[in-house]
Amino acid sequence: MIKFLLMVNKQGQTRLSKYYEKVDIGKRPALEADVVKGCLSRKKEQCSFVEYKDFKLVYRQYAALFIVVGISDTENELSIYELVHNFVEVLDKYFGHVSELDIMFNLDKVHIILDEMIQNGHIVETNRNRILAPLLALDKMAEAH
Amino acid sequence: MALKIVKGSIDRMFDKNLQDLVRGIRNHKEDEAKYISTCIDEIKQELKQDNIAVKANAVCKLTYLQMLGYDVSWAAFNIVEVMSSSKFTYKRIGYLAASQCFHESTDVIMLTTNQIRKDLSSPNQYDTGVALTGLSCFVTPDLARDLANDIMTLMSHTKPYIRKKAVLIMYKVFLKYPESLRPAFPRLKEKLEDPDPGVQSAAVNVICELARRNPKNYLSLAPLFFKLMTSSTNNWVLIKIIKLFGALTPLEPRLGKKLIEPLTNLIHSTSAMSLLYECVNTVIAVLISLSSGMPNHSASIQVSLRSIQHYLGLLAMSKILKTHPKSVQSHKDLILQCLDDKDESIRLRALDLLYGMVSKKNLMEIVKKLMLHVDKAEGTTYRDELLTKIIDICSQSNYQYITNFEWYISILVELTRLEGTRHGHLIASQMLDVAIRVKAIRAFAVAQMATLLDNAHLLTGNTQRNGICEVLYAAAWICGEFSEHLEDPLSTLEAMLRPKVATLPGHIQAVYVQNAAKLFATVLRGQEGAPADRTVAQETSQLLIDRLPLFVQSANLEVQERASCILQLVKYIQKLQQKDVEVAEEVTALFAGELNPVAPKAQKKVPVPEGLDLDAWINEPPSESESEDEGRKPKGKAVFAKEESKHTKPRYTEVDEKELAKRREVRKAEQANNPFYIKASPSSQKVYQDGVGVEHIPVVQIDLSVPLKVPGMPMSDQYVKLEEERRQKDKADKKKKDKKKRREKGEKGRRRKGDSGPESEEDITPAHMVDITTEEMPENALPSDDDEKDPNDPHKKSSKHKKKKQKKEKEEKEKKKKKKHHHHHHHSDGAGDESVQNGNVEEEEPLPVSNQSSSIYSMCDIQGNLQDGSQVVVSVIFENKCDSFIKAMEFNVLDSLNSKLQRPEGAGPHDGLTVPFQLPPGISNEARFVFSVQSIVMPQKLKGTLTFIVKTDDSSTHEKLDFKLHFTCTSYLITTPCYSDAYAKLLESGDLKGSSLKLEGVSQPFHHLLARICFHHHFSVVERIGSCASMYSRSIQGHHVCLLVKTADQTVSIDAKCDEPGLLGNVLDEIKLTFSQC
Repeated sequence: MIKFLLMVNKQGQTRLSKYYEKVDIGKRPALEADVVKGCLSRKKEQCSFVEYKDFKLVYRQYAALFIVVGISDTENELSIYELVHNFVEVLDKYFGHVSELDIMFNLDKVHIILDEMIQNGHIVETNRNRILAPLLALDKMAEAH
Repeated sequence: MALKIVKGSIDRMFDKNLQDLVRGIRNHKEDEAKYISTCIDEIKQELKQDNIAVKANAVCKLTYLQMLGYDVSWAAFNIVEVMSSSKFTYKRIGYLAASQCFHESTDVIMLTTNQIRKDLSSPNQYDTGVALTGLSCFVTPDLARDLANDIMTLMSHTKPYIRKKAVLIMYKVFLKYPESLRPAFPRLKEKLEDPDPGVQSAAVNVICELARRNPKNYLSLAPLFFKLMTSSTNNWVLIKIIKLFGALTPLEPRLGKKLIEPLTNLIHSTSAMSLLYECVNTVIAVLISLSSGMPNHSASIQVSLRSIQHYLGLLAMSKILKTHPKSVQSHKDLILQCLDDKDESIRLRALDLLYGMVSKKNLMEIVKKLMLHVDKAEGTTYRDELLTKIIDICSQSNYQYITNFEWYISILVELTRLEGTRHGHLIASQMLDVAIRVKAIRAFAVAQMATLLDNAHLLTGNTQRNGICEVLYAAAWICGEFSEHLEDPLSTLEAMLRPKVATLPGHIQAVYVQNAAKLFATVLRGQEGAPADRTVAQETSQLLIDRLPLFVQSANLEVQERASCILQLVKYIQKLQQKDVEVAEEVTALFAGELNPVAPKAQKKVPVPEGLDLDAWINEPPSESESEDEGRKPKGKAVFAKEESKHTKPRYTEVDEKELAKRREVRKAEQANNPFYIKASPSSQKVYQDGVGVEHIPVVQIDLSVPLKVPGMPMSDQYVKLEEERRQKDKADKKKKDKKKRREKGEKGRRRKGDSGPESEEDITPAHMVDITTEEMPENALPSDDDEKDPNDPHKKSSKHKKKKQKKEKEEKEKKKKKKHHHHHHHSDGAGDESVQNGNVEEEEPLPVSNQSSSIYSMCDIQGNLQDGSQVVVSVIFENKCDSFIKAMEFNVLDSLNSKLQRPEGAGPHDGLTVPFQLPPGISNEARFVFSVQSIVMPQKLKGTLTFIVKTDDSSTHEKLDFKLHFTCTSYLITTPCYSDAYAKLLESGDLKGSSLKLEGVSQPFHHLLARICFHHHFSVVERIGSCASMYSRSIQGHHVCLLVKTADQTVSIDAKCDEPGLLGNVLDEIKLTFSQC
């Protein structure tokens, strides 16, 4: 299962974090820093899967933004790798050329999208239209006001 | 009141929202902490207001700050307030904040139970959705207990959006409140068949997760999952299902067998790497659990592995390697490429893999590449790793894969050129081992070692303690011990006594001195015959007398002792020489006797001399213990044990011996009756007993066109070439022999692929035999049955043994398969829907013969011969369906201009071929016939007859069966994988002519369709994107056939290209036929 998902930029600043397995709030920054350091230090041609402590990290880089997913040993690395891309594609579709700023300024919306895709550490939806449906409904409601 | 609202919204306009906060933080890079603390103060103010909009905005900002690592637990109550807002926009902010900040120990969660319950039952699906999502993050055992029922009801909600979320959250509920599992399970199971794929996928996820914890309980769901696997198109779901099967197969092997086929289809048809990887992993797991070689499936693994690269691929390969080494072997190029990878972990993994994948055939090539890497490698650790791997690879299982030991010696010599390696002793021990055990190689080894000794300064040139000088230890010993092979012992002797030797480590010097003496003996013996050269002998003695004092002064005791001993000896000899006494014989006698390797288990075999009882006391046990015995008995544990052993042991062994003898008898009788037990051949038994047998082993001499004495360092590369040539020759010889055999007996039902594949392992005859059978055994050692099991056993014997067994197994399997297949055909005969079952062609019609009771039934499989573009091999299975004996079968085909049955030389063009077996009732057997074909562009039908004699108890009758052999164009195609870039190049080249085909009303899923084409028409998928795939195949004469298959609502269009339009047209027709039949 998925343990957590992070979006971090090259400077190591967290842009989004979501934990599906309990991690003490106090310990999160340290974990994030460590994980990010592990991924940032790897070269482009190196493999996108890293063994970290007792679980694995799958990461993907989009411009200056890294998306790092922590998964348990039993998860299929490649499927998570593809899920990350799917997530980015959804963001891209919603924001139109999504950038780091979009994510920062619309953190709540990104969370909605993420919640539609992953729940409980499991993939719940991968269809782009279905993922975006609740969010679009929400936007409509906001416009009506 | 109204005023208050207006005031509130005006306030809001001046409030910061999330965007402002983010912007602000960016603008205050220098004093970020200070800025944030002011923001938090503002937020605290905002939270105090009544306006829910302001509160929600504040909570939203808090969520962001929380992410940055600030503690916001103080706002927990406000978050609950926002959660309970009736407006969805605010509610979701509350839930988001809760899901980020709350955890089990947050006490305000208790307050939320009713609110959540209300939201769960809200008419607005998004309210429910957001509550479910939030709940999944902060559910506590209490919440789980209280809400389990509500969530369970939601599992059957009308909206799939709610259903899928409810199903997923149930997993969390099960974890927190396990009692809920039992009542909820039936409903969960029901959800596996939900019409909505999202809900299905959620249910699959949950059950997979549950099953991982306790797979046994979920075995009963296997059929359901099996159905899902074949129907689902969502790769993420498929991965989960396949993973689940991977966990289930170890519990239920039958499941594994069933899985192989659909998995293989998926492997062939999917374009998703992740799915492919999962399939491969599960196939491996299945194969391991079945633990039986399935040759046809390992082929599918190969296809899949080709596309997965690097880390995961290597990971998967190492798993396969354990059970199916052959299938990995063909990827050695890829693995060798990985040695160039920048990632060291990949390089090391690749090295590990190489170790397992060498064979007689590719050893030289692999080692050659590794040698290149050794030269290139930077950093001594990796180079040392390479060096040890090379030696490991070569020496594994008793040098099983080395066919030419001269080559190996040269490799070892080349390795000595490495600077600064730590593994000198490893190389040295290999040299010694090979030189001692492979008699045939000694002359060559000695020559090489002499060169090494001569150039010793190159190795020791580096003054720093250099591990490589260990090699000189081996070199000196080999030259001394086998000095009779030396061309010029005198110069070697001179080289060994150079003053520079004194700088070597002591133990090496000691060997030098000792072996100098051996060489001296050889020189003397060499001179004896020619009295004219007596002076030479005397000069040699003088040389020793001159040089040895240097060693006598050595600080090393061993060197000193040996040197002075030998010095005195030589002085004595010199005196005798001066008196013209023949001394050579005496001196040689000093070192006479051959040194033979001792078998590792020789000690075990030493029989216990008569009258020796190892259990008996040598001295009587001290009597004092006995006197105390009585008193201690009840307490002393140690005394108990002693006492017991004293009394029972002798009796015990006696019984044991009798019992053993009895068991041995029984086992022997059993073995004699067991047709599958391969008895040790008498000859090998003898070798064992005598312990000499070298003379019996034919040592193949290589005829080298290049003189072996290469000055300076040898090059191992030349051996690779020589080996190639030798194998070619061997193969040619073998072919000749084979042909002869074939002519005599026709062809036997051997392995089907034996002919079409590249030369198989057995075909390679080693240039030198490893002399392992002559390892010394004690004189009266008894051969016993459990020798077979011993891993140290002479490998030649055991491998022979194994091979036979394997072959037998394979044959059996083949037969079984055919029978099944056969069966199939039989049933579908009338309907005709499966008549292309085999992917090949239709075969002879089973014509019932006049006599009702006797009928022979046959089935065939036509396959192109990869090695020979004009040969097609037809395997025919004959089954005797009557209850009489069938014999003297003769197979004959009316040749056409294009296709001819290959007949033995001297036979007329109309003579039949005798089938080399007889068939008892109900038995089937396979025979293979070779046809030569000129043009493969057109399909062919050949008419033929089979004549045979049916023998009943009282009479025998001649029978005849007519049949038709249908050579389709498909049977000339050979599944050849193709990389997409090579494929693109092929298409670009413009040499190919196009053609196309449209199929209407094909309802099967696309991947089935592709799998069908792959299977029946020998294509392989190059690339698949969506509902479009490119495929490739090659004919036995090297025509490329490319297909582009597209599908859109039940219509399949195939665009094809081939450099032979005729062939293409016919292949397309055949594809069309395949699909019209299903």
